[in-house]
Amino acid sequence: MSVLKKLQEIRKTWEETAVEPTLAKFPERKKIFVTGSDTPVERLYLPEEMDADTYMEKLGLPGEYPYTRGVQPTMYRGRFWTMRQYAGFGTAEESNKRYKYLLEQGQTGLSIAFDLPTQIGYDSDDAISEGEVGKVGVAIDTLKDMEILFEGIPLDKVSTSMTINSPAAVLLAMYIALAEKQGVSKDKLNGTIQNDILKEYIARGTYIFPPEPSMRLITNIFEYCCKEVPKWNTISISGYHIREAGSTAVQEAAFTLADGVEYVKAAIAAGMDVDQFAGRLSFFFNAHNDLLEEVAKYRAVRRIWASLMKNKFNAKSSKSMMMRFHTQTGGSTLTAQQPDNNIIRVTIQTLAAVLGGTQSLHTNSRDEALALPSEQSVRIALRTQQIVANESGVTNTIDPLGGSYYVEALTDRIVDEVEKYLKRIEDMGGMVRAIEKGYPQKEIQDSAYKYQKDVESGERIVVGVNKYVQEEAPPEGLLKVDPELRKLQMKKLAQVKAGRDGGVVEKALNALREGARKEDVNLMPLIVDAVRVYATLGEICGVLRQEFGEYKESIVL
Amino acid sequence: MSEKKTRILIAKPGLDGHDRGAKYIARALKDAGYEVIYTGLRQTPESIVSTALQEDVDFIGLSLLSGAHNELFPRVIALLKEKKAEDIVVFGGGVIPETDIPSLMEQGVKAVFTPGTPISKVTEFIEQVKG
Repeated sequence: MSVLKKLQEIRKTWEETAVEPTLAKFPERKKIFVTGSDTPVERLYLPEEMDADTYMEKLGLPGEYPYTRGVQPTMYRGRFWTMRQYAGFGTAEESNKRYKYLLEQGQTGLSIAFDLPTQIGYDSDDAISEGEVGKVGVAIDTLKDMEILFEGIPLDKVSTSMTINSPAAVLLAMYIALAEKQGVSKDKLNGTIQNDILKEYIARGTYIFPPEPSMRLITNIFEYCCKEVPKWNTISISGYHIREAGSTAVQEAAFTLADGVEYVKAAIAAGMDVDQFAGRLSFFFNAHNDLLEEVAKYRAVRRIWASLMKNKFNAKSSKSMMMRFHTQTGGSTLTAQQPDNNIIRVTIQTLAAVLGGTQSLHTNSRDEALALPSEQSVRIALRTQQIVANESGVTNTIDPLGGSYYVEALTDRIVDEVEKYLKRIEDMGGMVRAIEKGYPQKEIQDSAYKYQKDVESGERIVVGVNKYVQEEAPPEGLLKVDPELRKLQMKKLAQVKAGRDGGVVEKALNALREGARKEDVNLMPLIVDAVRVYATLGEICGVLRQEFGEYKESIVL
Repeated sequence: MSEKKTRILIAKPGLDGHDRGAKYIARALKDAGYEVIYTGLRQTPESIVSTALQEDVDFIGLSLLSGAHNELFPRVIALLKEKKAEDIVVFGGGVIPETDIPSLMEQGVKAVFTPGTPISKVTEFIEQVKG
C-alpha cells in the first residue's frame, strides 16, 4: 500500500475515533474555517505524495527554477532584506531630514513618497493642488526640489525607490539629471520606480493618460534604461494597492501577475527581446494578518511567474524568470482604535513577508489609520524589522515553512485559483481590456464589500473594533503638515521659473510635443532634456496631457 | 402616496485615490434602501456641488484620506451656501484626526465618521437628521 493511502486510512480512523467523540462534547468554534481572504481551511493537513521530479517542478531549490523556495541560494543567511521605509512629506527640506534620520537609524534604502499633485502631474501652484501640497508625500515641481531632497545623499551610495506611476518618466529623468549634477554616472544608479499604471486604473487612482500612451511611456522607460541605466528596476508591478482596495490574497496575486503579463507583451510588441528587460521587472506585494496564507501567496506567485516567463514568453535567462519583490505591511489592517495593537499586527505581517522570502520590506507605523506617521512610530516600525531579522531566528534557514503540509497545500491551491483568473483575463483579451470592462475593479469591490459585511456582523473579529472594544482618549503626538506649505512651495517654484531661460524651456517642451506625436520616438531623452533646463513637472505632463488625452474612470458599484 | 426616497451623493473631493471606503458606504447605503449617487475620483468642490444640485440630493457624504479635508470640506459647504442650498446635509469620513473634527463641525459638517465606524451609525445619523 502506498504511504499516502495508508495515511488516509489512519486519518479516517482518527476522525471516527478521536475527532467525532470530541466534537460531540465540544463543538468547534465555527462550522467553516476560512483564511483571511475566505479560502476554506481544513482541520488537518497530511503529507502529499511527491516524487523527486514533481518536487523539482513545483518547489525546486532556492535560487533555482521555479524559485518557490526563494530567489537566492542563501537568502537571509547571506544578507537580510533591504529595510526600506516609505517616507516623504511636506517640503523637500523636511523630507531630506527624515531620510537622513532613517539612514542614521540603520535603514538601508530610501523610499520616496510624493504628494498627490506630483503623482498626478500637477505643479504646486495649480488650482487643483489646493489642500494637497506636501500632504501624503513630498512636493516636487522641478529639478530644484530634487536637488534639495537629496542634499548630502550621494546617489551612488543609496538605492532609491520612488512611488511614482503616471509621471514616472519625469521623476526618473530628474533623478538622472541630479546624478549628472552630482557627477555620478547613470550606470551607477540603483533603485526602482513604481511605474505600474495598470494597478492605478484598477485600484490606486493616480492615473493621468489613457492606457495606450501610458503603456508606451512604460516601454520607452524599459528601453531607455536597459541601455542607459542598467541597474535600475524599471517597474514595480504592484499588488499592494489591489489588496488595500479590498481584494483577497488570490486576487492580489492574480491581478498583479496579469498586469505583469500585459507589460511583458507590450514590451515584446515594441520590439524588445524578453531577456533584455524582464530581469529588471520587480514586484510589490502586501502582507496581511493571515500569516500562513501570505507565506503561501509569495511562494505561489514566484512559482507561477517563473513558469509564465519560461513557457509563455520563452525567456532563457534565469534573471527573467526569478520574481524579486518588495513587501509592505497592510495599511488597511491597521485600526484607529487602540493604535498600539497595530504594532503586533505589523509584527505578524513582517514575519509573513520574511518567511515568504521578500527582498525588501516597509513596515507600517501604528498611527497610520489616524494620520501621517510620527517619527517615534516610524522608529518602532523599523525596529520591528530589526528584531525579526536579528532575534527571531527565522532568518537562519531558507524557506522555513517549506514542507509544512498546510503551507504546501495552500500554495498549490493559490496557484490553481490564480491560474483560473489568468485564463479568464486572457480570454477577455488581456488586462487592459479587462480593466476597461471594469472586471478586476468589480471583483475587488465584491470582496471588499463582503469583508466589511463580515466585520459588521461579527463573523470576522477585528480586535478593538468589533470585539474587546474600549473607551479611549484621543491619541496625541500625531504629525501635522503645515497648511501654509503650499504658499512656501509656490514661492520656491516662482523663483525657479524666474531664474530659468524661458526660451530654452519652450524649445525643450516643443521637442517633447513633437516626439509625443510620433509613435516610434522614445520620449525619455526628451524628458531628461526638459527637466535639465528646469521645465516643471506640470509643464511636461501638461504637454503630454494635450497630446495623449486623459483617462476617464469606469465606475462600477 | 409614496414618499420621495432619500437621495445621497457620495463624493471623493481632491486628488486622493482611496475609494474603498467611499464605495463601501455607497453600496451599503444603497442596500439600506437609499438612492445613492457616487461621483468617482478627483472631484472639485465645484463639481460636487453642481452634481448635488443636479441630482437634487438630501445629503452629501465626502470621503477623504489624503489630509486635505480642512481645505476641501469647508469649501463644499461655502459653495452650497453660495447656491442657497444649505439644506443639503454634509457629512464626512476617512482618515480625519480627532482634533480636526470640532472645527469641521463648527464650519457646518454635520458628522464625521472615522475608520471602523459601523454602517449602522451612518444610517442612524441619516434617519435622525431626516427626523
